[in-house]
Amino acid sequence: LGSLTRRILDGNSTLQKPSLGALLFALIPFIAICFCVPLWDRIYPTVFGLPFNFFWLILWLFLTPLCMWGAYRVEASRAAPPHDAESGAK
Amino acid sequence: MSGAAIALTGIFTIIAIGSFVGFFAGARYKMDLEQWTVGGRGFGLILVWLLMAGEIYTTFTFLGGSGWAYSKGAPVLYILAYQPLMYVIFFLYAPRLWELGNKHRMQTQPDFFRVRYGSKYLEAFVALAGVAFIIPYLQIQLTGLGIIVEVASYGAIGRVPAMLVSFTVVAAFVFTSGVRGVAWVSVIKDLLLLFTAVFIGFAIPHHYFGGIGKMLTALAQAKPQHMTMPGSTHDLGHSWFVTTVIMVACSFYMWPHYFCAAFTAKSGDVLRRNAVIMPLYSTTVPLMFFVGFTAVLVLPNLANENLSLLTLVRQTFPPWFLGIIGGAGALTAMVPAAIQVLTAAMLFIKNFCRPILAPSLSDHNVAKFAKITVLLLTGVTLYFAIYRPASLVSLLLIGYAGVSQFFPGVIFGLFSKRVNTAGVFVGLVAGVAIASALMLTNHDPYKGCNAGFLALCCNFAIVASTTLLRPATVSTASEALPESSPA
Repeated sequence: LGSLTRRILDGNSTLQKPSLGALLFALIPFIAICFCVPLWDRIYPTVFGLPFNFFWLILWLFLTPLCMWGAYRVEASRAAPPHDAESGAK
Repeated sequence: MSGAAIALTGIFTIIAIGSFVGFFAGARYKMDLEQWTVGGRGFGLILVWLLMAGEIYTTFTFLGGSGWAYSKGAPVLYILAYQPLMYVIFFLYAPRLWELGNKHRMQTQPDFFRVRYGSKYLEAFVALAGVAFIIPYLQIQLTGLGIIVEVASYGAIGRVPAMLVSFTVVAAFVFTSGVRGVAWVSVIKDLLLLFTAVFIGFAIPHHYFGGIGKMLTALAQAKPQHMTMPGSTHDLGHSWFVTTVIMVACSFYMWPHYFCAAFTAKSGDVLRRNAVIMPLYSTTVPLMFFVGFTAVLVLPNLANENLSLLTLVRQTFPPWFLGIIGGAGALTAMVPAAIQVLTAAMLFIKNFCRPILAPSLSDHNVAKFAKITVLLLTGVTLYFAIYRPASLVSLLLIGYAGVSQFFPGVIFGLFSKRVNTAGVFVGLVAGVAIASALMLTNHDPYKGCNAGFLALCCNFAIVASTTLLRPATVSTASEALPESSPA
């Protein structure tokens, strides 16, 4: 299995593990949605006529893409320099 | 024409249009194995987005979501919570999965386990488990189609004949379309669903209460306990919510058909950009909840929660409109059902039968037998739908608990060099066994936690501990391990 592992995981991989920055961006929606439920699971105050728990989760449908856009920028800026070096080598 | 005739005409017109689009979109390409299953790996941002959206918004969102809002109340919020989070998880590992899939020409989920762990028994087990857990999901779609036809005919066509019709429709659709055809039918389906969801989501509360806000205020005054967890249940509280959301967010892309969707993309970057924008698509989901909440006040005492949306539509709008909603709902069942049955058939033939029973099967024959298996699987599902009916939600949770057990093997396989095959195999078997045992003995939720989540934790612990105790050594293994020969 060792050689198999090496062949599969190492061979000219252009993508690495997610960077710390991307992981931190990814953590934000988890904290907001999943790890503070008692704080937002309430009816009042209502926002735009929505009970607060509904308002909060709908809000995060819009804020999650923002966070992930941040994570995407982090990954994209990290991926760019090695890519140039590789194409230069060819 | 009677109301039922008008509504049914509407539904079948929409189904016919969808099937023709699928047929012509698929017919332009020569259907070899690669094209039929992963669409030739040439899908760009838009087509991948449509394909993924097409699979996510199933009958469950349409009928099950409104049904849960009706019968359970606030616990239905778990759907709004896991949808953005599953894209977050997908974002982190999808490019790496795509890269490996592209390099080793993977077409299915068991292919990944075979290539990464080099065991045909693991491959076969993953394939069989995948098929087994897709069947309840497929049953949701067939049951949903049956419900739609039944309600739209005002009860004139019973559930069983309605499901027989849906069986024929889905099988014919799969045969004519393939994955590329299905992606384009999703365009029609998404437009229709978007239109109908937005329209009825606003119109129904407005019709009865003068607006969504007023409807929710009325409900909050009439039944305040319905609006926060555990809602109108006694065991779906906060701990259930957190464990279910984590389990589902991890397992969503472990559905075998999602694995295939990741391989259809042109590049890993396409998948990543998709994951960034996908949560926006979920904004129509709460509208389905609002319809269910309106039904709580307008139609209390419905016998079947899954009927709440359609019954309310039938009561509020003229028959032709019920026809459009029903048609949108029917496509919403057909598109995912087609993809699911296509995937399950491939898994069964390519990853179970070929490595274990018939190593000499050619790609051409795999494609041929896969088509026969499509009929077989749809038939099995039809049998379960007729003789072992269950609620849409319980079916879905069984499937999720099962497929979530692939998660540790995939994540460790992608990011750890030391994970060993035996640990993954044992973890997977233990996870499936624990999840099945708890589910089948009605112990879900178990002590306030989602049963699938508990099984996933055990699975993770086994894989992680065997990785630490018996790490696979990178340097000593022999080169004799074959990569692609059927050994």
